[in-house]
Amino acid sequence: MLETATRSKKSAASKPTPHERFLEAFRWMLLARTLEEKLVSLYRGGLITGGVYVGRGQEAVSVACGLFLQKGDIFAPLIRDQAGRSAFGEPLIDVTRTYLGSRRGPMRGRDGNIHRGRPRNNQLAMISHLGAMVSVTVGALMAKRFHGEKNFVGLSCIGEGGMQTGSFHEGMNLAAVEQVPLVVVATNNHYAYSTPNDREFACHDLVDRAIGYGFEGYTIDGTDLTNCLDVIGSAVKRARAGRPPQLVVASILRLSGHGEHDDASYVTDEIKREPFARDCLKVAEQTIADLNLVDAETLREWRKDAAAQVDQAISTAQKEAAPEADEEDWCAILTRDLVDSLE
Amino acid sequence: MSITYLEAIREAQAKLLRDDERVFIYGQDVGGAFGGAFKATKGLAKEFPGRVLNTPISEDAMVGTAIGAAMHGMRPIVEMQFADFSSTALNQILNNAGTHYWRTDVPVPITVRLPSGGTKGSGPFHSQSMESLYAHYPGLIVMTPATVEDAYSMLIEAVAIDDPVVYCEHKYLYYHLKAENLPTESLPTGKARIAREGRDLTIVAYSAMLHEALAVAEQLATEGFEIEVVDLRSVKPLDTNTVLASVARTGRLLCVGESFPWGGATAEIIARVTAEGFHLLDAAPQRLNAKDTPIPYHPNLWSAHRPNAKEITRRARALLRE
Repeated sequence: MLETATRSKKSAASKPTPHERFLEAFRWMLLARTLEEKLVSLYRGGLITGGVYVGRGQEAVSVACGLFLQKGDIFAPLIRDQAGRSAFGEPLIDVTRTYLGSRRGPMRGRDGNIHRGRPRNNQLAMISHLGAMVSVTVGALMAKRFHGEKNFVGLSCIGEGGMQTGSFHEGMNLAAVEQVPLVVVATNNHYAYSTPNDREFACHDLVDRAIGYGFEGYTIDGTDLTNCLDVIGSAVKRARAGRPPQLVVASILRLSGHGEHDDASYVTDEIKREPFARDCLKVAEQTIADLNLVDAETLREWRKDAAAQVDQAISTAQKEAAPEADEEDWCAILTRDLVDSLE
Repeated sequence: MSITYLEAIREAQAKLLRDDERVFIYGQDVGGAFGGAFKATKGLAKEFPGRVLNTPISEDAMVGTAIGAAMHGMRPIVEMQFADFSSTALNQILNNAGTHYWRTDVPVPITVRLPSGGTKGSGPFHSQSMESLYAHYPGLIVMTPATVEDAYSMLIEAVAIDDPVVYCEHKYLYYHLKAENLPTESLPTGKARIAREGRDLTIVAYSAMLHEALAVAEQLATEGFEIEVVDLRSVKPLDTNTVLASVARTGRLLCVGESFPWGGATAEIIARVTAEGFHLLDAAPQRLNAKDTPIPYHPNLWSAHRPNAKEITRRARALLRE
């Protein structure tokens, strides 16, 4: 299994070479793409209730967010971060259980799709109100500092849409005031649902905001995995070393609708011809071919392996029982003797 | 020794900081030598270095930070400078803290202190009582202490509770209310208290309205009426049983709250008593809240906007006549 193989590799003493890192990242991207394509077909077949939100086109940025985090680091992924979640250590079964409504999933049917998380394992569970998770990540890092822990970072993901919220602004400012080891990776996919950049913000470049917050700012071509790994990896390293909080702004095009209910007919042909509209997975594959990093047979094997893992996770979750309303305890608080009883 | 409601809140926080290294205080102007807009944290930053921290004017991020810290083992206390400003943190309190345990099985033990309620001259944005709004949402405990003793013991309990607590401390009581000593024992949260026994009418109140109700009971006693006064202590959980037991004794119910009149704690009590104890009632239950306008600045208007002893007396008399 990829999960086991790569996690153990990460903990091994030898540091991966850039090519090894690239290939590891590529496999997480491939796994995320394979999984999400399967989820989309299940959704279209009516087997998933609610929405399906995919990270198609964002996998290179996302995987770089998850890949450099270590045990004890905090990860606050957002809606298009399947690749990063997997690289951080989220098992596929968490995804399929949540989407397919298994009672055994981390959210137990109480919340769905991309809201899943495992806060006990430092993977925060996002809420839909964008920007809110930045300050939550700050708080988690402050707790670690209070506990006297060392050598930790937090990474919080956002999009250019979420960057326009007041909550995001407050969180960024507070992160810099508290000088916590935080990396914020903002992916500009050029649409907030259907709204293009020119109705989202009027600044010259989103990364210019970094200096205003007291962050160090960097931009990346989000279609280029090498660039994503270099810049996000360096940002994580700098934050860990005690530099000010880091803002990385990536440019991509969302290669899907906002969710699978959305045909994205508003995405113009013109923008689809932009360099940032390239498919990062295809670009990465081309790099593999150009540099002859692995042969075609190995790539085929990796695809097969990804498909097998996905099929396994889906078939397991499909066999599991759904939550039942009469078995639910309907208590929103842990302190059971303080539950407000209406009887 | 004499201790005010405000000093009790300060003393409770000092004890919490002393006894529990997971506790820190986070809010605007709480740190340094200043010690908060109302001095509820005076001296604490010096006594507990690094644990009483000033924040920017960022209510959303203050609560978000507390949530993140709480889910990683801390017990933060967030001081809102005024309850009114917690409206800009509603998203974090309601949608993040209030849903987190339910969604993830990981509780978020934060305490958000809200300096609440009216004092004359404070106007629309420094006078609000928000307990009814917070009680409406799932996942939160809402405390409304009315006495010096409860201000102290309930704040200590709030921090010990594994769930998010909205602690509504009344600004009018800060200096007006005094006790001889800090309490050594207390009722648990969720239990209402019979503040005065009676047999003719039950007045249910909480926070500053308790004292208006007690004044009315005292006055009506001179006319031969025995008013029972129930102090809810927390509006969520709401101790319906104690209220019902009181109504069983008196047959008449008046609920008094300082929050706005549409829905809220008083309406909830009446709904429950009507549903569960209709047969106990000798007259239609009544409620009295602030008026359905923003809170006025001028003392003449302000004192008529909130429920006051005069209006409570009028309502009580009308009920007693029925």
